Amino acid sequence: MRMMSGAAMVVEALKDVGVTHLFGYPGGAVLDIYDALFAQDAVKHVLVRHEQAAAHMADGYARATGKTGTVLVTSGPGATNTLTGIATAYMDSIPMVVLSGQVPSMHIGEDAFQETDMVGCSRPIVKHSFLVKKATDIPMAIAKAYYIANTGRPGPVVVDLPKDIVNVQDSHPYVFPSDVSMRSYNPTLKGHNKQIKKAVASLLKAKRPVLYVGGGAITSEASGVLTILAEILKAPVCSTLMGLGAFSSTHEQFIGMLGMHGTLEANKTMHNSDCILALGARFDDRVTNNVDKFCPHADIIHVDIDPASISKTVNAHIPVVGSVKTVIDQILEQLEAQDLTQQEEKLSDWWEQISEWRARKCLKYSQGDTVIKPQKVIEAVYEHTKGDAYISSDVGQHQMFAALYYPFAKPRRWINSGGLGTMGFGLPAAMGVQFAHPEACSVVITGDGSIQMNIQELSTCLQYNLPIKIISLNNRALGMVRQWQDMIYKGRHSHSYMDSMPDFVKLAEAYGHVGIKVDTLDQLDDAMARCFAEKERLVFMDIAVDQNEHVYPMQIKYGAMDDMRLSKTERT
Amino acid sequence: MRRIISVLMENAPGALSRIMGVFSQRGYNVDSLCVAPTSDESLSRLTIITQADNKVTEQITKQVNKLIDVLRVAELTDSAHVERELMLIKVATRTEIARAEVKRNVDIFRARILDVTSQHYTIEVTGTSDKLTAFSDVMAQSAEITESARTGVCGLSRGDRALRP
Ligand SMILES: Cc1ncc(C[n+]2csc(CCOP(=O)(O)OP(=O)(O)O)c2C)c(N)n1
Repeated sequence: MRMMSGAAMVVEALKDVGVTHLFGYPGGAVLDIYDALFAQDAVKHVLVRHEQAAAHMADGYARATGKTGTVLVTSGPGATNTLTGIATAYMDSIPMVVLSGQVPSMHIGEDAFQETDMVGCSRPIVKHSFLVKKATDIPMAIAKAYYIANTGRPGPVVVDLPKDIVNVQDSHPYVFPSDVSMRSYNPTLKGHNKQIKKAVASLLKAKRPVLYVGGGAITSEASGVLTILAEILKAPVCSTLMGLGAFSSTHEQFIGMLGMHGTLEANKTMHNSDCILALGARFDDRVTNNVDKFCPHADIIHVDIDPASISKTVNAHIPVVGSVKTVIDQILEQLEAQDLTQQEEKLSDWWEQISEWRARKCLKYSQGDTVIKPQKVIEAVYEHTKGDAYISSDVGQHQMFAALYYPFAKPRRWINSGGLGTMGFGLPAAMGVQFAHPEACSVVITGDGSIQMNIQELSTCLQYNLPIKIISLNNRALGMVRQWQDMIYKGRHSHSYMDSMPDFVKLAEAYGHVGIKVDTLDQLDDAMARCFAEKERLVFMDIAVDQNEHVYPMQIKYGAMDDMRLSKTERT
Repeated sequence: MRRIISVLMENAPGALSRIMGVFSQRGYNVDSLCVAPTSDESLSRLTIITQADNKVTEQITKQVNKLIDVLRVAELTDSAHVERELMLIKVATRTEIARAEVKRNVDIFRARILDVTSQHYTIEVTGTSDKLTAFSDVMAQSAEITESARTGVCGLSRGDRALRP
């Protein structure tokens, strides 16, 4: 049996669970762990500039790979700084483990220096948490943390480590558990056969079916079987903001994102459907609009790994608890025995109707000669990355433009804070992506407001040579707020304007990167080419875009799904 | 509607606060809470009384069930079940008549006198919540209630239905 200190056990256990990257920031309570990290290189430590960013980096890493992201921070302010990042991961069901230092056990509860009750502070935004009480419990706590974080419906787990148990002077036997089964935690993966049969019957009976795909399809790696299912059923497919890329946005059966800023065709299709197959989506209020008017004609089949998500906001007629991938496999198995040769003909009226909705071209916009429209920038990014980049987004108008104008052909390419809507997420998330995929093109779509919420990470980017491409849509305003003020508050722009913008090009240069300013349309294409030709360095593109552009389509509050504004003047 | 939610969970630190978090986050009130280890000391059994409609009850039970420390959750109210609560009540009596009245009611309610001092009786009474409230009301008529403590309801399903690990 190997003997080692608690600190060494932490590092050893991280190796044993296969952690490659650790995003962290040192401080008093974790200095012993940092000392143990010094002596090895199996776990690569990334020194961030703010702990919130560490959590977003771990999150971006997790979204891009499916693996659990790991964070290490000190007690007190180090720990509390991660809370926004933890909440972001929690809302989007992202696997993450946060190791937080804690004051020595004997001082817990004494308001000791840098003491906060991290387990208490994080309780409502974690899947689970551990306060480890003795060094010999460290391997099991860490093993369980990773098991819980990345099984069932994934989520963040906090492991709070009092300083005395990680003391480098002490020595304890190290045993990594071979099994972490827990009697109180056994996620259901397989759907109930009876429910699967009902679901299949309903899908076959349907004349106006639609597949409504959410983030669960990405989590469960269901893209392959999802495509097969959609093609067999010949049904239209729409996606939530979180599900983009699970089903290729370039597939002819794809009708776009649904919900508040969804496409007209997606929302119309949902509203008029007679059978909705929801796959790992949760009928969130940004999708349903007024639940009382939600899809009145549809039989709702709701597949989700989390029973608590089913019938939470919208009643499911056929609930199926299970992993999206496994349940689709089960549905496909049942469909094998069915004659589906008539399917295309059966749905021909439905598709004809959908074509009419599509023909309204809800994403059209008019690009003039000089002032650049934000949509145009996204299309340019798509062209210059050949649709093959990892796009991390911040929160605001630019996020919706990116979701609508950059078709994602593969899962895990669209990295955004959907549930919490955290400004400041984009840059650190893109860094996590770049650490996970050093050769890939990692792009941030951001706004002048959001980028300033974690801009200090430009320093981390230099330290680790991350050649990220930052595309900042600079509208000199908190655009999304401004849009709501235009629409709801008669154009009273209360504190949504920032008249003291920094010179972003100089800022990028000050951090040791390349900055490019783009003011007019004629400069856009060349600037993009320069940006993406720069393989070794980070490029910050500060692109002036039309300040008055709104994101459309947009659902009309209290209406049905398909009650939408299509432009400043046009409604459905 | 009054609900009895019964929970079987790991007897671990923090487990109870997570369950209470499900209630407090959503602004649901807990009317009473009764918790203790089961015959298997590694598990705790919890009985919660709350007011909720069907939809809210479904959400509560699902959200509680989702907690990692929780093994089983059941709502007892809808099916046949037994429920009991225990109250300790201390009453002050000044006159012989009052004392006699207290003792008579103790007999009627099948309560038990646990402690007697010159001025006070401490009484134990078990039953449904309604019975305890009725007893307390009756006591108030003939004596002065100095203090009382109730355990909160604990309950079990009838027959072979059970919360097992
Ligand atoms: C941390 C945080 N604070 C506030 C908000 C509310 N909010 C949503 S969008 C937005 C404006 C974003 O502005 P910007 O990043 O410039 O993007 P734009 O909408 O202009 O594209 C704000 C303030 C938020 N989502 N996150």
